Amino acid sequence: MSTLHIDHASRWFGNVVAVNDITMTIGPGVTGLLGPNGAGKSTLINMMGGFLAPSNGSVTLDGATIWRNAGIYRHIGIVPEREAMYDFLTGREFVVANAELHGLGRREAARALATVEMEYAQDRKIATYSKGMRQRVKMASALVHDPSVLLLDEPFNGMDPRQRMQLMELLRRMGDEGRTVLFSSHILEEVEQLASHIEVVVAGRHAASGDFRKIRRLMTDRPHRYLVRSDDDRALAGALIADPSTSGIEVDLVEGGLRIQAVDFGRFTQLLPRVARDHGIRLLTVSPSDESLESVFSYLVAA
Amino acid sequence: MSTSTTTPTAPPVAAAPRVSLFHPTVARLTYRALLGRRRALILFVLPALLIVIAVAVRALAGADDTTAGSILGGFALGTMVPLIGVIAGTGAIGPEIDDGSVVYLLSKPVPRPTIIFTKLLVAIGVTVAFSALPVLLAGFLLNGNSQQIAVGYAVSAAVAAVAYSALFLLFGTITRHAVVFGLVYALVWEALVGNLVPGAQTLSIQQWALAVGQQTAAEGAITSAVQLPLAIGMLVALTAAATWYAGRRLKALTLAGEE
Repeated sequence: MSTLHIDHASRWFGNVVAVNDITMTIGPGVTGLLGPNGAGKSTLINMMGGFLAPSNGSVTLDGATIWRNAGIYRHIGIVPEREAMYDFLTGREFVVANAELHGLGRREAARALATVEMEYAQDRKIATYSKGMRQRVKMASALVHDPSVLLLDEPFNGMDPRQRMQLMELLRRMGDEGRTVLFSSHILEEVEQLASHIEVVVAGRHAASGDFRKIRRLMTDRPHRYLVRSDDDRALAGALIADPSTSGIEVDLVEGGLRIQAVDFGRFTQLLPRVARDHGIRLLTVSPSDESLESVFSYLVAA
Repeated sequence: MSTSTTTPTAPPVAAAPRVSLFHPTVARLTYRALLGRRRALILFVLPALLIVIAVAVRALAGADDTTAGSILGGFALGTMVPLIGVIAGTGAIGPEIDDGSVVYLLSKPVPRPTIIFTKLLVAIGVTVAFSALPVLLAGFLLNGNSQQIAVGYAVSAAVAAVAYSALFLLFGTITRHAVVFGLVYALVWEALVGNLVPGAQTLSIQQWALAVGQQTAAEGAITSAVQLPLAIGMLVALTAAATWYAGRRLKALTLAGEE
């Protein structure tokens, strides 16, 4: 069992504070590091991966300092965000090289390539890979030594839905096996689907931590606004406003639809299709109108 | 993603890190990266140019020790060897640090000095192959190794290759502009200041290397501004210090995120 401890860690670059006095503990299972772009997620992951010294505070794995400690990589696997790999190698050559650097060999490399289902393209040059394929080969290189800690920086970027689902399944399994899996993301749904434990970072600060349900409640309890178009907007409005999950409805003549404010997200999402069906109304558009990350995060920080 | 992996309760399966200063995998990645880049063309073009010049001079002017000495000492030692040193030395690590792929080397339990030392050996090997060997060949073509000029300059080139590789490898770990700094050192310092300003010659890798090559050539065939003991002392000190410091740099290499 491996646990990462970040203790009052700060990191500044010149006058810019990227990470501001963050304390968190990341234990076995899948943890999602959530925050908008520029929040300090990569800085945190780089500190946990030993590629950045904290300006202040400490970052340790089971009590061992990570910075300047090459031996720590026997326990850590890293999937960096950056694209650059050894593009002139084939996928197999790349993973074999990573295995050899761990004192392992072809057998472990083959196993890792099988785990990410990249055997079919393993003899092609990495330069010819799609982003999703690169991501999977990076993943194989990080898994080759069977690490107890896995750090992934924005692993789902550029993946198509199928690849995304496969990677989620793989990470979930890694977490279930008792590994400490930490991934960063700026997409709520990704984190929500995968992580049992969430750490939210906003503007270099630790905004929220821990319990998935608590954070989810914070996220979902805020008022949600939707733009809904149907073949009978006024009938739909009348039926929806009767339910307490809806706090306001406005007929938007310009947009040609209804602006609905929902206070109970879960109940509203079940209510809307049921009401439409019961009244024989056809829904044409259902789109959230204030789902920008900034609004969600600023809500979280205020909470 | 079908195959399951084993549970991580057992201690990690990876072997203990090698204590050797040479890692074959690091070497393989380094030379493939070096020779696979477009910049590597210069590695082929410069020696080819030297050989062409040697053949042309021999055909037009015949064998002449003075001419041979000025071509090997001037173009080869003065320009070609340092340029190839810049390409091989900075290229052995600079691009990896620039594009971030060095993460894959550094996220391994391989001692940093091993990585640097291996890369140094590869850079030396490439520099010797693309500079000392062509110098030897050009020397034979120019005057048939009369007065041991070919051997003398080839030894100088090989000795210089070691010091250049170490210095430029260090540049590669210090700055993103390692090639520029390397070129400034090679062309401004070595070729210009080192040849014209007497005092500066004491601090010229080229002059140190010539002092060593001088010993293998006939009396007076190769000259250096530096005495042999000082030259050897400086060569060893520079190579050792640069390699040590490059290892330190790598140990504390910081990768800034995309943010």
